[in-house]
Amino acid sequence: MDFNWLDVNFLPWLIPVPPLISFALIILFTGRYKITSAVIAVIAVGLSFLMSMGVFFHTAFGTEDLGVTAGKAIYGDNITWMSLGFQEFKMGVMVDPLTAAMLFMVPIAILMIFVYSVGYMRAYPVDDPHQIRYARFFSYLSLFAGGMLTLVVSDNLLLLFIGWEIMGLCSYLLIGFLFEKKSSYQAGIKAFMTTRVADVLMLVGIGYLFVETGTLNFHEILNNSAVLERLGDADQTGFIGLSAAAIIGAFLVIGTVGKSAQFPLHGWLPDAMQGPTPVSAMIHAAAMVSAGVFMVVRMYPLLEAGGNPHHAEYTLPLIMMGLLGSITALGAAVLGVGQNDIKRVLAYSTISQLGFMVAALGIGAYVAAAFHLITHAFFKALLFMCSGAVIHAMEHGEHHLHAEGKHVEHREEPGEATPYGTDHIGRFGEAPTTEEWKPLAPQGITPDFVAVPNDMRLMGGLWHRIPITSITMLIGVLSLSGFPLVTAGFWSKDEILADSLLWITDPDAFSDAGNVAWLHIIVFLSLFTAAIFTAFYSLRMWILTFLGEPRSEIARFATLMHEHHEDHEHHHEEVVEETHAVVPHEGEAHEDSEEDVITMEDVRHWWSVYSNSALMQGPLVILAFFAITAGWVGIHPDFWVLEWITGGNNFIKNFLSKGLVHKPESPPLHILPVLASFTAFFVGAGLAYFIYTVPRDEEKDPVERAIGDGAWNALGNRFFLDTLFLRLFYVPFEWFGRKVAYLAIDKETIDETLHSIADAFVFVGETFKRFNRVVIDGVGDGIPMLLWGTGRWFRNLQSGRIQQYLLFSALMLLAIGTFFLLQLF
Amino acid sequence: MVPLWMYLFVSAALFSIGIFGVLSRRNAIAVIMSIELMLNAANINLVAFWRYLNPAEINGQVFAAFVFAVAAAEAAVGLALILSIYRNRQTVIVEDVNILKW
Amino acid sequence: MELTWESLAFLIFSVLSLGGGLAVVTLRNLFHSALMLMLSLFGTAGLFVLLVAPFLAAVQVLVYIGAIAILILFAIMLTRTIMGVQTTYNSQWIGSAIAALLVFGLLLLTFTPLGDDVFDEQLSANLEEDPVDDVDYVTVEEIGIAFSTRAGFVLPFEIVSLLLTAALIGAIVVAREDEA
Repeated sequence: MDFNWLDVNFLPWLIPVPPLISFALIILFTGRYKITSAVIAVIAVGLSFLMSMGVFFHTAFGTEDLGVTAGKAIYGDNITWMSLGFQEFKMGVMVDPLTAAMLFMVPIAILMIFVYSVGYMRAYPVDDPHQIRYARFFSYLSLFAGGMLTLVVSDNLLLLFIGWEIMGLCSYLLIGFLFEKKSSYQAGIKAFMTTRVADVLMLVGIGYLFVETGTLNFHEILNNSAVLERLGDADQTGFIGLSAAAIIGAFLVIGTVGKSAQFPLHGWLPDAMQGPTPVSAMIHAAAMVSAGVFMVVRMYPLLEAGGNPHHAEYTLPLIMMGLLGSITALGAAVLGVGQNDIKRVLAYSTISQLGFMVAALGIGAYVAAAFHLITHAFFKALLFMCSGAVIHAMEHGEHHLHAEGKHVEHREEPGEATPYGTDHIGRFGEAPTTEEWKPLAPQGITPDFVAVPNDMRLMGGLWHRIPITSITMLIGVLSLSGFPLVTAGFWSKDEILADSLLWITDPDAFSDAGNVAWLHIIVFLSLFTAAIFTAFYSLRMWILTFLGEPRSEIARFATLMHEHHEDHEHHHEEVVEETHAVVPHEGEAHEDSEEDVITMEDVRHWWSVYSNSALMQGPLVILAFFAITAGWVGIHPDFWVLEWITGGNNFIKNFLSKGLVHKPESPPLHILPVLASFTAFFVGAGLAYFIYTVPRDEEKDPVERAIGDGAWNALGNRFFLDTLFLRLFYVPFEWFGRKVAYLAIDKETIDETLHSIADAFVFVGETFKRFNRVVIDGVGDGIPMLLWGTGRWFRNLQSGRIQQYLLFSALMLLAIGTFFLLQLF
Repeated sequence: MVPLWMYLFVSAALFSIGIFGVLSRRNAIAVIMSIELMLNAANINLVAFWRYLNPAEINGQVFAAFVFAVAAAEAAVGLALILSIYRNRQTVIVEDVNILKW
Repeated sequence: MELTWESLAFLIFSVLSLGGGLAVVTLRNLFHSALMLMLSLFGTAGLFVLLVAPFLAAVQVLVYIGAIAILILFAIMLTRTIMGVQTTYNSQWIGSAIAALLVFGLLLLTFTPLGDDVFDEQLSANLEEDPVDDVDYVTVEEIGIAFSTRAGFVLPFEIVSLLLTAALIGAIVVAREDEA
């Protein structure tokens, strides 16, 4: 192999390597040194970032003509991993347009998350678990990044699956990172187990694919029309009337359903909020859930094999994706309205947006789904990191109050039972006892517990305390809800809606085939509704957080700056003087130094005060930039006024479709989808604005007032879905286990029988014992004694003197020689 | 002419002397020397048989040469072992090195 | 057998060889033993000459007397501190002597006409035979060719070379002083 390190064929090998090395370095060597570990991790990710950018730009703007039809399919390289009889299994890396697009998005997001994490984790008090396990956090995060990059550059399903599983492990480790909290480790286990269920089925699909084709290489399967046709033909392959492609695809889709938290395996994602916020950003944006969608996007040619969604010929995987995605998108969007935890709102928005992508794939909108995947990653990473900053600010406020001896008044009783057990307001309690381990009977009538710093009802007015965060978060929110014509989210969402309206805008294709585009209709209706809800809840979240008057003392003292205990008193008095007055800027603590001369002490002070704030908010600004501009590459080429900008060229579509054998048909420009996007945003956002900017006296949420307690509770409890699962799966199984298996079968039937048999054997045994003692023991003890005595005597032969042994050998040789000599005569 | 059996007689005698030395000498170096005697006896045998029975072939001599090589190897390793034992246990008496037992 | 120069030479070399061997195992002073070993080896070399194997005789002198015996001398000197204070034989020397005599007897019965008398049967006619006289001397060149051609013994030769190398490395490893 030619080791040209800058060769674009070779470079993908190296992209996942630095984070993995960083993981090993940190876990093995630098675990004690926080700063060193963080620096190693950031540098490693930075290296991956640089290499990825090189590969991306080479692929996207290189002179070589890329694409299936151009003969040169992809960049890449592979080695023989193992020989399986007549065929070789090759492992390798490849870069096709989709990979390149991911290589643009993933490293940027990951790098930003890493930089942000440095500040985020540092901002905690020294004795906080965030600080105690600071280095470990970065090692896990590095492994996570390595897994994701492996998955992106892999050229076969197995390597992809390896990366997939690495991330599964890391998500478990990181969600349960604060394992002192019971809810945290439970959430980790829940995430791990849920995705595991899906992964096993996915592995079945991979195995079936390998049996059918003898390879798992993407290029050999997906860019090969003959293979796809054979797999897609139910007469040639597969069974029970389904083609092999349908069955394999269904299994793969199930894998995605688990990984990307689609209905009905979505339950783990909201709970995954228990991890530190950078982890949430990692899981929700850059890595974990994106991987699920990425996999189905990657395998899309296989999923649609044997059908054509653009002619309303849906295959089983497509139907699954369309329906599940629609349900997820709509359901999660509705749920997002009823959350009071800022991170949980974002969690549901992630689920919902992933539903958009999956549903889009279900109706064949390959490019739209990939496009939305990328834009979503940017604004979702931004939103999560913003929320982390908000939470930090709130926690500072909380600490501030604690330092003053005040207590936080919380509106809900701590320790309320949730379907997952009892949570405690004490953030890091003692280790759980065995009793706590018992799963509680489902109650699920009260909303999920919300931690104090996450509670949007306690926020408000943070605009003045953390202005950078609030602006960047506004950008993220607008992008999420699809603010027309500017934000990235608008263009990608618009493209999905345009694809789902294909049956109206391009009726010829459908009338030709003579099928009703029922899946398109379902997808459009649910996604359109979901888009309205999305705009509503995201604006609601932002308004509740940043606008209005502070609704608690915590929000009043929220800040991202590090407070020193020395000047704490001073600082505090200053704030008290100002009481309700708006504190103008973050720089207040800096005004202490009155002289103009900047001493080393000043610099150190400045650094200690502002470093965390800068480390956390710097990445926000960068991501905010991408949250807007990342969408501009996907503007419809004929879009009315913007045509002169795009030059009639839809960059992302042209780029991504190079990797496909069947080029996706571009939906013609039509007023309808654009109108739908506009409507969705303005209806949702407008409602949110008018409802939530109005000052109100009641504590109840306006939506709660409108829809009533019962429905509100249902929202707070995920429509009781988890409770339903608990009742549906856990309770019957427990009842069966306890009553039927344990009492009826085990205790009464089996145990009784066994007891009688045992009694009989005991009697026989007693008889034998007597016989034993007399006869067998006599003989049995006699023989060992004899052997023992003989052994002792023989032991003397072994003197350890080599010449004695040799003498014996010589005598033996003599005997044997004599024997042969006598035989001779 | 000297008949073959005379060479065999010398060889057998030398071999027996060697056996006696190996079995009875206390000094490990003497044991090694006795082993060399035995190897020599074997060599005399080989060459004598070659000369009397099959002189046309070269095998007998080649075989003897190999025995030389083996003898050299044996002497080198054996003496090294003895030196090592001497350094560690301050003895070259074979009987004193008797830890290989129960 | 009539007394010819050849048989006289055989007698001398035999005596040298056997006497030297006997001295090796009987002398108390190890250094003397080693010198006697040289003598015995020299006698064997003479026998090789009589057997028309001059190459082997030369190797015997070079390798055995020149290298191995010297090696043994060095070993003796390196372990000299307790050389003089030991008894020559161990406790089983009588048994050893008997065993050696028995072996000798067995070999005599097998290889010499004595056995024919004892068993009253001719074991092998070859034992009394005189050697073929018109044998060509095997030159060093022929042996060299035999050692280095594929039709000859190149593979065993290489294996033996390997064995020697391994033995030398092993000897160094075993005998070197531990750093610790």
